[in-house]
Amino acid sequence: MHRVNQLLRRLPVWAVYLFGALPAFWLFYLGLTGGLGVEPIKALEHEYGGLALQLMVLTLAITPLRRLAGLNLMKFRRAIGLLCFFYVSCHLLVWLVLDVQIIGEIFADIARRPFITIGMGGFILMLPLAVTSNNVSVRRLGRSWPRLHRLTYAASLLGALHYVMLVKGFQIEPLLYLGAVIAALGLRLPAAPFRRQQPAPKASGGT
Amino acid sequence: AALGTSVQAEEALDPNTWEEVTNYCNFYEFGTGKGDPSAYADRMTTRPWSVTIDGLVDRPGDYSFEQILGEMTLEERIYRFRCVEAWSMVVPWQGFELADLLNMAGVQGGAKYVSFETLYRPSEMPGTAYKVLDWPYREGLRLDEAMHPLTMMATGIFGKPLPNQNGAPLRLVVPWKYGFKSIKSVVRVTLTDQEPPTSWNMANRREYGFYSNVNPDVSHPRWSQASERRIGGGLFAKRQPTLMFNGYGKEVASLYEGMDLARHF
Repeated sequence: MHRVNQLLRRLPVWAVYLFGALPAFWLFYLGLTGGLGVEPIKALEHEYGGLALQLMVLTLAITPLRRLAGLNLMKFRRAIGLLCFFYVSCHLLVWLVLDVQIIGEIFADIARRPFITIGMGGFILMLPLAVTSNNVSVRRLGRSWPRLHRLTYAASLLGALHYVMLVKGFQIEPLLYLGAVIAALGLRLPAAPFRRQQPAPKASGGT
Repeated sequence: AALGTSVQAEEALDPNTWEEVTNYCNFYEFGTGKGDPSAYADRMTTRPWSVTIDGLVDRPGDYSFEQILGEMTLEERIYRFRCVEAWSMVVPWQGFELADLLNMAGVQGGAKYVSFETLYRPSEMPGTAYKVLDWPYREGLRLDEAMHPLTMMATGIFGKPLPNQNGAPLRLVVPWKYGFKSIKSVVRVTLTDQEPPTSWNMANRREYGFYSNVNPDVSHPRWSQASERRIGGGLFAKRQPTLMFNGYGKEVASLYEGMDLARHF
Protein backbone atom coordinates (compact mmCIF):
# COMPACT_ATOMS: atom_id res chain seq x y z
CA MET A 1 0.00 0.00 0.00
CA HIS A 2 2.98 2.27 0.70
CA ARG A 3 4.04 1.92 -2.96
CA VAL A 4 0.56 2.75 -4.18
CA ASN A 5 0.44 5.81 -1.98
CA GLN A 6 3.83 6.92 -3.29
CA LEU A 7 2.63 6.57 -6.88
CA LEU A 8 -0.55 8.45 -6.05
CA ARG A 9 1.48 11.27 -4.53
CA ARG A 10 3.12 11.77 -7.90
CA LEU A 11 -0.22 11.96 -9.72
CA PRO A 12 -1.09 15.65 -10.14
CA VAL A 13 -4.57 16.71 -9.07
CA TRP A 14 -5.20 18.48 -12.38
CA ALA A 15 -4.95 15.09 -14.10
CA VAL A 16 -7.82 13.84 -11.95
CA TYR A 17 -9.89 16.87 -12.91
CA LEU A 18 -9.05 16.43 -16.57
CA PHE A 19 -9.61 12.69 -16.90
CA GLY A 20 -12.57 12.86 -14.56
CA ALA A 21 -14.34 15.45 -16.68
CA LEU A 22 -13.52 13.93 -20.07
CA PRO A 23 -16.26 11.25 -20.00
CA ALA A 24 -18.89 14.00 -19.79
CA PHE A 25 -17.82 15.41 -23.15
CA TRP A 26 -17.25 11.98 -24.66
CA LEU A 27 -20.74 10.83 -23.64
CA PHE A 28 -22.30 14.00 -25.04
CA TYR A 29 -20.46 13.40 -28.31
CA LEU A 30 -21.69 9.78 -28.36
CA GLY A 31 -25.23 11.02 -27.76
CA LEU A 32 -24.95 13.38 -30.72
CA THR A 33 -23.60 10.74 -33.06
CA GLY A 34 -25.82 7.77 -32.23
CA GLY A 35 -23.38 6.03 -29.89
CA LEU A 36 -25.89 5.99 -27.03
CA GLY A 37 -28.63 4.20 -28.92
CA VAL A 38 -31.92 5.42 -30.36
CA GLU A 39 -32.97 7.33 -27.23
CA PRO A 40 -29.86 9.34 -26.36
CA ILE A 41 -31.58 11.77 -23.99
CA LYS A 42 -32.50 9.23 -21.32
CA ALA A 43 -29.25 7.38 -21.95
CA LEU A 44 -27.16 10.52 -21.35
CA GLU A 45 -29.23 11.44 -18.29
CA HIS A 46 -28.67 7.99 -16.81
CA GLU A 47 -24.95 7.89 -17.69
CA TYR A 48 -24.34 11.23 -15.94
CA GLY A 49 -26.45 10.21 -12.96
CA GLY A 50 -24.63 6.89 -12.66
CA LEU A 51 -21.20 8.54 -12.77
CA ALA A 52 -22.33 11.05 -10.14
CA LEU A 53 -23.40 8.21 -7.84
CA GLN A 54 -20.14 6.35 -8.38
CA LEU A 55 -18.11 9.46 -7.57
CA MET A 56 -20.31 10.07 -4.54
CA VAL A 57 -19.58 6.58 -3.21
CA LEU A 58 -15.87 7.11 -3.94
CA THR A 59 -15.84 10.42 -2.01
CA LEU A 60 -17.45 8.72 0.96
CA ALA A 61 -15.02 5.82 0.71
CA ILE A 62 -11.88 7.95 0.98
CA THR A 63 -11.83 8.21 4.77
CA PRO A 64 -12.65 4.53 5.46
CA LEU A 65 -10.14 3.43 2.79
CA ARG A 66 -7.40 5.41 4.47
CA ARG A 67 -8.19 4.18 7.94
CA LEU A 68 -8.96 0.57 7.16
CA ALA A 69 -6.75 -0.13 4.13
CA GLY A 70 -4.12 2.58 4.46
CA LEU A 71 -4.88 3.88 0.98
CA ASN A 72 -4.40 7.63 0.93
CA LEU A 73 -6.60 9.50 -1.53
CA MET A 74 -7.02 12.61 0.61
CA LYS A 75 -5.15 14.71 -1.91
CA PHE A 76 -7.87 14.00 -4.49
CA ARG A 77 -10.89 14.28 -2.24
CA ARG A 78 -11.80 17.81 -3.29
CA ALA A 79 -11.35 16.97 -6.98
CA ILE A 80 -13.52 13.86 -6.70
CA GLY A 81 -16.18 15.72 -4.75
CA LEU A 82 -16.26 18.54 -7.31
CA LEU A 83 -16.38 16.06 -10.18
CA CYS A 84 -19.35 14.45 -8.48
CA PHE A 85 -21.04 17.85 -8.31
CA PHE A 86 -20.14 18.41 -11.97
CA TYR A 87 -21.85 15.17 -13.02
CA VAL A 88 -24.90 15.87 -10.85
CA SER A 89 -25.12 19.26 -12.60
CA CYS A 90 -24.79 17.65 -16.04
CA HIS A 91 -27.49 15.13 -15.07
CA LEU A 92 -29.79 17.94 -13.93
CA LEU A 93 -29.13 20.02 -17.05
CA VAL A 94 -29.94 17.11 -19.36
CA TRP A 95 -33.15 16.56 -17.43
CA LEU A 96 -34.13 20.25 -17.55
CA VAL A 97 -33.09 21.18 -21.07
CA LEU A 98 -33.25 17.99 -23.13
CA ASP A 99 -35.67 15.73 -21.26
CA VAL A 100 -38.57 17.66 -19.69
CA GLN A 101 -38.12 20.86 -21.74
CA ILE A 102 -41.34 22.46 -20.54
CA ILE A 103 -40.87 24.96 -17.68
CA GLY A 104 -44.32 24.33 -16.19
CA GLU A 105 -43.73 20.59 -16.12
CA ILE A 106 -40.31 21.06 -14.53
CA PHE A 107 -41.79 22.84 -11.52
CA ALA A 108 -44.74 20.45 -11.37
CA ASP A 109 -42.33 17.50 -11.36
CA ILE A 110 -40.14 18.98 -8.63
CA ALA A 111 -43.15 19.70 -6.45
CA ARG A 112 -45.24 16.60 -7.07
CA ARG A 113 -42.90 13.72 -7.84
CA PRO A 114 -41.16 12.59 -4.64
CA PHE A 115 -38.17 11.04 -6.42
CA ILE A 116 -37.54 14.31 -8.24
CA THR A 117 -38.09 16.37 -5.08
CA ILE A 118 -35.51 14.19 -3.35
CA GLY A 119 -33.03 14.42 -6.21
CA MET A 120 -33.44 18.19 -6.31
CA GLY A 121 -32.93 18.29 -2.53
CA GLY A 122 -29.66 16.42 -2.93
CA PHE A 123 -28.49 18.89 -5.57
CA ILE A 124 -29.38 21.89 -3.40
CA LEU A 125 -27.46 20.41 -0.46
CA MET A 126 -24.43 20.07 -2.72
CA LEU A 127 -24.45 23.74 -3.76
CA PRO A 128 -22.90 25.17 -0.55
CA LEU A 129 -20.37 22.34 -0.64
CA ALA A 130 -19.25 23.22 -4.15
CA VAL A 131 -19.18 26.95 -3.37
CA THR A 132 -17.03 26.47 -0.25
CA SER A 133 -14.63 23.97 -1.75
CA ASN A 134 -11.92 26.61 -2.39
CA ASN A 135 -8.99 27.26 -0.07
CA VAL A 136 -10.21 30.71 0.95
CA SER A 137 -13.51 29.27 2.19
CA VAL A 138 -11.75 26.46 4.01
CA ARG A 139 -9.62 29.03 5.86
CA ARG A 140 -12.44 31.50 6.51
CA LEU A 141 -14.92 28.91 7.75
CA GLY A 142 -12.36 27.29 10.01
CA ARG A 143 -14.02 24.77 12.27
CA SER A 144 -17.43 25.25 10.63
CA TRP A 145 -16.08 23.97 7.34
CA PRO A 146 -15.99 20.26 8.28
CA ARG A 147 -19.34 20.61 9.95
CA LEU A 148 -20.85 22.21 6.83
CA HIS A 149 -19.34 19.49 4.66
CA ARG A 150 -21.14 16.82 6.59
CA LEU A 151 -24.00 17.78 4.28
CA THR A 152 -22.27 15.33 1.94
CA TYR A 153 -23.77 12.54 4.02
CA ALA A 154 -27.32 13.78 3.57
CA ALA A 155 -26.78 14.60 -0.10
CA SER A 156 -25.42 11.12 -0.83
CA LEU A 157 -28.36 9.45 0.90
CA LEU A 158 -30.78 11.58 -1.09
CA GLY A 159 -28.93 10.79 -4.32
CA ALA A 160 -29.02 7.05 -3.72
CA LEU A 161 -32.66 7.19 -2.64
CA HIS A 162 -33.52 9.16 -5.79
CA TYR A 163 -32.23 6.25 -7.88
CA VAL A 164 -33.99 3.59 -5.79
CA MET A 165 -37.31 5.43 -6.20
CA LEU A 166 -36.89 5.96 -9.92
CA VAL A 167 -36.80 2.39 -11.20
CA LYS A 168 -39.76 0.22 -12.10
CA GLY A 169 -40.26 -3.11 -10.35
CA PHE A 170 -37.76 -4.63 -7.93
CA GLN A 171 -34.23 -3.92 -9.18
CA ILE A 172 -30.88 -4.72 -7.58
CA GLU A 173 -28.52 -2.03 -8.91
CA PRO A 174 -29.98 1.02 -7.16
CA LEU A 175 -30.09 -0.95 -3.90
CA LEU A 176 -26.36 -1.66 -4.28
CA TYR A 177 -25.63 2.07 -4.46
CA LEU A 178 -27.83 2.75 -1.46
CA GLY A 179 -26.11 -0.10 0.39
CA ALA A 180 -22.67 1.31 -0.45
CA VAL A 181 -23.64 4.77 0.77
CA ILE A 182 -25.11 3.40 3.99
CA ALA A 183 -22.04 1.23 4.57
CA ALA A 184 -19.68 4.16 4.00
CA LEU A 185 -21.70 6.28 6.41
CA GLY A 186 -21.98 3.44 8.93
CA LEU A 187 -18.20 3.20 9.09
CA ARG A 188 -18.20 6.75 10.41
CA LEU A 189 -20.37 5.97 13.42
CA PRO A 190 -18.65 6.11 16.82
CA ALA A 191 -18.95 2.31 17.17
CA ALA A 192 -17.37 1.57 13.76
CA PRO A 193 -14.15 -0.54 13.75
CA PHE A 194 -11.59 2.16 12.98
CA ARG A 195 -13.28 4.57 15.33
CA ARG A 196 -12.59 2.25 18.25
CA GLN A 197 -9.00 1.55 17.30
CA GLN A 198 -7.74 5.08 16.95
CA PRO A 199 -9.00 8.55 17.70
CA ALA A 200 -9.77 10.53 14.56
CA PRO A 201 -6.90 12.76 13.46
CA LYS A 202 -7.69 16.39 14.10
CA ALA A 203 -7.30 17.75 10.58
CA SER A 204 -9.59 15.41 8.66
CA GLY A 205 -12.63 16.22 10.75
CA GLY A 206 -14.21 12.89 10.02
CA THR A 207 -15.54 13.83 6.58
CA ALA B 1 -60.88 15.19 -25.86
CA ALA B 2 -61.61 12.21 -28.08
CA LEU B 3 -63.13 14.37 -30.80
CA GLY B 4 -60.14 16.69 -31.07
CA THR B 5 -57.59 13.90 -31.10
CA SER B 6 -59.32 11.74 -33.66
CA VAL B 7 -58.51 14.30 -36.33
CA GLN B 8 -54.83 13.92 -35.60
CA ALA B 9 -55.23 10.17 -35.52
CA GLU B 10 -56.18 10.22 -39.17
CA GLU B 11 -52.92 11.83 -40.21
CA ALA B 12 -50.65 9.44 -42.07
CA LEU B 13 -48.28 7.74 -39.66
CA ASP B 14 -44.60 7.67 -40.45
CA PRO B 15 -43.12 4.47 -38.98
CA ASN B 16 -39.94 4.35 -36.94
CA THR B 17 -36.97 2.46 -38.35
CA TRP B 18 -36.28 -1.24 -37.93
CA GLU B 19 -33.20 -0.34 -35.90
CA GLU B 20 -35.22 1.80 -33.49
CA VAL B 21 -38.06 -0.68 -33.06
CA THR B 22 -35.78 -3.68 -32.49
CA ASN B 23 -33.13 -2.06 -30.25
CA TYR B 24 -35.19 -0.11 -27.76
CA CYS B 25 -37.41 -2.60 -25.99
CA ASN B 26 -38.83 -3.43 -22.61
CA PHE B 27 -38.86 -7.19 -22.11
CA TYR B 28 -37.80 -7.61 -18.48
CA GLU B 29 -37.42 -11.39 -18.83
CA PHE B 30 -34.15 -10.52 -20.58
CA GLY B 31 -33.09 -7.64 -18.34
CA THR B 32 -34.28 -4.19 -17.39
CA GLY B 33 -32.02 -2.25 -19.79
CA LYS B 34 -33.54 -1.07 -23.05
CA GLY B 35 -30.78 -2.89 -24.95
CA ASP B 36 -30.97 -6.13 -22.93
CA PRO B 37 -33.77 -7.72 -24.99
CA SER B 38 -31.95 -7.23 -28.29
CA ALA B 39 -28.76 -8.55 -26.68
CA TYR B 40 -30.18 -11.65 -25.01
CA ALA B 41 -33.56 -12.56 -26.48
CA ASP B 42 -31.97 -14.72 -29.20
CA ARG B 43 -31.62 -17.34 -26.44
CA MET B 44 -35.36 -17.88 -26.45
CA THR B 45 -36.55 -20.93 -28.41
CA THR B 46 -39.64 -20.01 -30.42
CA ARG B 47 -40.02 -23.20 -32.48
CA PRO B 48 -41.97 -25.26 -31.64
CA TRP B 49 -44.47 -22.87 -30.06
CA SER B 50 -47.98 -23.40 -28.93
CA VAL B 51 -50.61 -21.30 -27.25
CA THR B 52 -52.86 -22.83 -24.62
CA ILE B 53 -56.35 -21.43 -24.97
CA ASP B 54 -58.51 -22.38 -22.03
CA GLY B 55 -61.12 -21.26 -19.55
CA LEU B 56 -64.57 -20.32 -20.80
CA VAL B 57 -64.12 -21.50 -24.40
CA ASP B 58 -65.85 -24.22 -26.43
CA ARG B 59 -62.65 -25.71 -27.86
CA PRO B 60 -59.92 -25.45 -25.23
CA GLY B 61 -56.50 -26.87 -26.05
CA ASP B 62 -52.91 -26.31 -27.10
CA TYR B 63 -52.88 -24.65 -30.49
CA SER B 64 -49.56 -24.80 -32.33
CA PHE B 65 -48.28 -21.58 -33.85
CA GLU B 66 -48.50 -23.10 -37.35
CA GLN B 67 -52.06 -24.23 -36.73
CA ILE B 68 -53.03 -20.71 -35.64
CA LEU B 69 -51.33 -19.13 -38.66
CA GLY B 70 -53.17 -21.56 -40.92
CA GLU B 71 -56.52 -20.32 -39.65
CA MET B 72 -55.78 -16.59 -39.69
CA THR B 73 -55.51 -13.97 -42.40
CA LEU B 74 -52.52 -11.69 -41.88
CA GLU B 75 -52.79 -7.99 -42.52
CA GLU B 76 -50.62 -4.95 -41.91
CA ARG B 77 -51.57 -2.31 -39.33
CA ILE B 78 -49.49 0.80 -38.67
CA TYR B 79 -50.13 1.87 -35.08
CA ARG B 80 -48.81 4.42 -32.67
CA PHE B 81 -47.15 2.72 -29.70
CA ARG B 82 -47.03 4.69 -26.44
CA CYS B 83 -44.97 3.38 -23.54
CA VAL B 84 -46.01 4.20 -19.97
CA GLU B 85 -42.49 5.66 -19.61
CA ALA B 86 -43.53 8.55 -21.90
CA TRP B 87 -41.74 7.54 -25.08
CA SER B 88 -43.44 6.48 -28.26
CA MET B 89 -42.92 4.91 -31.66
CA VAL B 90 -44.91 4.12 -34.77
CA VAL B 91 -44.73 0.45 -35.69
CA PRO B 92 -45.86 -1.36 -38.85
CA TRP B 93 -47.24 -4.63 -37.48
CA GLN B 94 -48.41 -7.74 -39.30
CA GLY B 95 -50.91 -9.99 -37.64
CA PHE B 96 -54.57 -10.79 -37.19
CA GLU B 97 -57.38 -9.59 -34.99
CA LEU B 98 -57.46 -11.12 -31.53
CA ALA B 99 -61.21 -11.58 -32.04
CA ASP B 100 -60.48 -14.11 -34.81
CA LEU B 101 -58.27 -16.16 -32.49
CA LEU B 102 -60.86 -16.06 -29.70
CA ASN B 103 -63.63 -17.05 -32.11
CA MET B 104 -61.50 -19.95 -33.30
CA ALA B 105 -61.63 -21.31 -29.74
CA GLY B 106 -65.28 -20.29 -29.29
CA VAL B 107 -65.94 -17.77 -26.52
CA GLN B 108 -68.62 -18.94 -24.09
CA GLY B 109 -71.45 -16.73 -22.90
CA GLY B 110 -70.17 -16.28 -19.36
CA ALA B 111 -66.75 -14.96 -20.39
CA LYS B 112 -66.08 -11.35 -19.40
CA TYR B 113 -62.28 -11.04 -19.42
CA VAL B 114 -59.27 -12.46 -21.23
CA SER B 115 -55.98 -13.10 -19.49
CA PHE B 116 -52.63 -13.65 -21.20
CA GLU B 117 -49.34 -15.14 -20.09
CA THR B 118 -45.81 -14.74 -21.46
CA LEU B 119 -43.43 -17.67 -21.76
CA TYR B 120 -41.52 -18.22 -18.51
CA ARG B 121 -38.39 -20.23 -19.19
CA PRO B 122 -35.61 -19.19 -16.78
CA SER B 123 -32.92 -21.19 -18.63
CA GLU B 124 -33.39 -18.92 -21.64
CA MET B 125 -34.34 -15.73 -19.84
CA PRO B 126 -31.50 -14.23 -17.79
CA GLY B 127 -33.70 -11.41 -16.46
CA THR B 128 -35.92 -13.83 -14.59
CA ALA B 129 -33.05 -14.60 -12.19
CA TYR B 130 -34.25 -11.46 -10.39
CA LYS B 131 -37.73 -11.03 -9.10
CA VAL B 132 -38.25 -7.69 -10.83
CA LEU B 133 -41.82 -8.85 -11.38
CA ASP B 134 -43.79 -11.85 -10.22
CA TRP B 135 -43.11 -14.14 -13.22
CA PRO B 136 -44.64 -15.24 -15.49
CA TYR B 137 -45.64 -11.89 -16.99
CA ARG B 138 -49.42 -11.59 -17.07
CA GLU B 139 -51.81 -9.21 -18.75
CA GLY B 140 -55.52 -8.94 -19.25
CA LEU B 141 -58.31 -7.22 -21.14
CA ARG B 142 -62.02 -6.88 -20.73
CA LEU B 143 -63.74 -9.07 -23.32
CA ASP B 144 -65.08 -6.09 -25.30
CA GLU B 145 -61.57 -4.62 -25.46
CA ALA B 146 -60.23 -7.96 -26.58
CA MET B 147 -62.89 -8.31 -29.29
CA HIS B 148 -62.38 -4.74 -30.56
CA PRO B 149 -61.23 -4.69 -34.20
CA LEU B 150 -58.17 -2.56 -33.35
CA THR B 151 -56.87 -5.23 -30.95
CA MET B 152 -54.52 -7.56 -32.74
CA MET B 153 -52.11 -10.42 -32.29
CA ALA B 154 -48.92 -9.50 -34.14
CA THR B 155 -46.61 -12.05 -35.71
CA GLY B 156 -44.38 -9.65 -37.62
CA ILE B 157 -43.04 -6.14 -38.08
CA PHE B 158 -41.82 -4.47 -41.28
CA GLY B 159 -43.00 -7.50 -43.23
CA LYS B 160 -40.63 -9.83 -41.36
CA PRO B 161 -41.32 -12.32 -38.58
CA LEU B 162 -41.25 -10.73 -35.11
CA PRO B 163 -37.72 -10.59 -33.71
CA ASN B 164 -37.51 -12.30 -30.32
CA GLN B 165 -36.99 -9.01 -28.47
CA ASN B 166 -40.29 -7.73 -29.88
CA GLY B 167 -42.23 -10.72 -28.59
CA ALA B 168 -41.79 -13.60 -31.06
CA PRO B 169 -43.54 -15.54 -32.30
CA LEU B 170 -46.78 -13.78 -31.42
CA ARG B 171 -47.81 -10.95 -29.14
CA LEU B 172 -50.74 -8.78 -28.29
CA VAL B 173 -51.02 -5.21 -29.64
CA VAL B 174 -53.56 -2.84 -28.06
CA PRO B 175 -52.72 0.54 -29.56
CA TRP B 176 -54.79 2.74 -27.22
CA LYS B 177 -53.22 1.34 -24.05
CA TYR B 178 -49.76 1.79 -22.58
CA GLY B 179 -47.25 -0.58 -24.15
CA PHE B 180 -46.94 -2.95 -21.19
CA LYS B 181 -50.50 -4.12 -21.85
CA SER B 182 -49.35 -5.44 -25.23
CA ILE B 183 -47.93 -8.64 -23.76
CA LYS B 184 -45.15 -10.43 -25.64
CA SER B 185 -44.39 -14.05 -26.56
CA VAL B 186 -47.83 -15.28 -25.51
CA VAL B 187 -48.18 -18.92 -24.42
CA ARG B 188 -51.56 -18.83 -22.74
CA VAL B 189 -54.89 -17.14 -23.34
CA THR B 190 -57.61 -17.76 -20.75
CA LEU B 191 -61.22 -16.61 -20.88
CA THR B 192 -62.59 -15.86 -17.42
CA ASP B 193 -65.56 -14.25 -15.73
CA GLN B 194 -63.39 -12.21 -13.34
CA GLU B 195 -60.86 -9.43 -13.81
CA PRO B 196 -57.53 -11.28 -14.00
CA PRO B 197 -54.43 -10.22 -12.05
CA THR B 198 -51.90 -8.37 -14.21
CA SER B 199 -48.16 -8.13 -13.58
CA TRP B 200 -47.58 -4.38 -13.27
CA ASN B 201 -50.77 -3.91 -11.31
CA MET B 202 -49.60 -6.62 -8.92
CA ALA B 203 -46.18 -4.94 -8.64
CA ASN B 204 -47.61 -1.49 -7.97
CA ARG B 205 -51.34 -1.01 -7.76
CA ARG B 206 -51.07 2.76 -7.38
CA GLU B 207 -49.00 3.27 -10.52
CA TYR B 208 -50.43 0.76 -13.01
CA GLY B 209 -54.15 0.23 -13.29
CA PHE B 210 -55.90 -2.68 -14.97
CA TYR B 211 -57.12 -0.48 -17.83
CA SER B 212 -53.97 1.58 -18.44
CA ASN B 213 -55.52 3.46 -21.32
CA VAL B 214 -53.25 6.18 -22.68
CA ASN B 215 -54.52 9.31 -20.96
CA PRO B 216 -52.66 12.63 -20.95
CA ASP B 217 -54.82 13.88 -18.08
CA VAL B 218 -53.95 11.13 -15.62
CA SER B 219 -50.33 11.34 -14.48
CA HIS B 220 -48.24 8.40 -13.49
CA PRO B 221 -47.45 9.13 -9.84
CA ARG B 222 -43.80 9.60 -10.77
CA TRP B 223 -44.07 11.47 -14.05
CA SER B 224 -46.49 13.38 -16.24
CA GLN B 225 -48.26 11.59 -19.08
CA ALA B 226 -49.22 14.84 -20.81
CA SER B 227 -46.44 14.61 -23.36
CA GLU B 228 -44.18 12.03 -24.90
CA ARG B 229 -40.93 11.78 -26.80
CA ARG B 230 -41.00 10.03 -30.12
CA ILE B 231 -38.00 7.73 -30.42
CA GLY B 232 -35.63 8.62 -33.24
CA GLY B 233 -35.38 12.40 -32.82
CA GLY B 234 -31.85 12.29 -31.43
CA LEU B 235 -30.39 14.33 -28.60
CA PHE B 236 -32.54 17.40 -29.25
CA ALA B 237 -35.88 15.69 -29.91
CA LYS B 238 -38.88 17.83 -28.93
CA ARG B 239 -41.66 16.43 -26.81
CA GLN B 240 -45.06 16.10 -28.42
CA PRO B 241 -48.46 16.14 -26.72
CA THR B 242 -49.88 12.74 -25.82
CA LEU B 243 -53.28 12.04 -27.35
CA MET B 244 -56.25 10.69 -25.42
CA PHE B 245 -56.47 6.92 -26.07
CA ASN B 246 -53.21 7.42 -27.99
CA GLY B 247 -55.23 8.99 -30.81
CA TYR B 248 -57.72 6.13 -31.12
CA GLY B 249 -60.53 7.84 -29.21
CA LYS B 250 -62.94 7.81 -32.12
CA GLU B 251 -62.70 4.03 -32.27
CA VAL B 252 -62.55 3.10 -28.58
CA ALA B 253 -63.91 5.91 -26.39
CA SER B 254 -67.37 4.31 -26.45
CA LEU B 255 -65.98 1.26 -24.62
CA TYR B 256 -65.53 3.43 -21.54
CA GLU B 257 -68.67 5.52 -21.66
CA GLY B 258 -69.81 6.53 -18.19
CA MET B 259 -66.60 5.35 -16.55
CA ASP B 260 -64.46 7.67 -14.46
CA LEU B 261 -61.13 7.18 -16.22
CA ALA B 262 -59.21 8.90 -13.44
CA ARG B 263 -60.43 6.21 -11.07
CA HIS B 264 -60.30 3.31 -13.54
CA PHE B 265 -56.87 4.30 -14.86
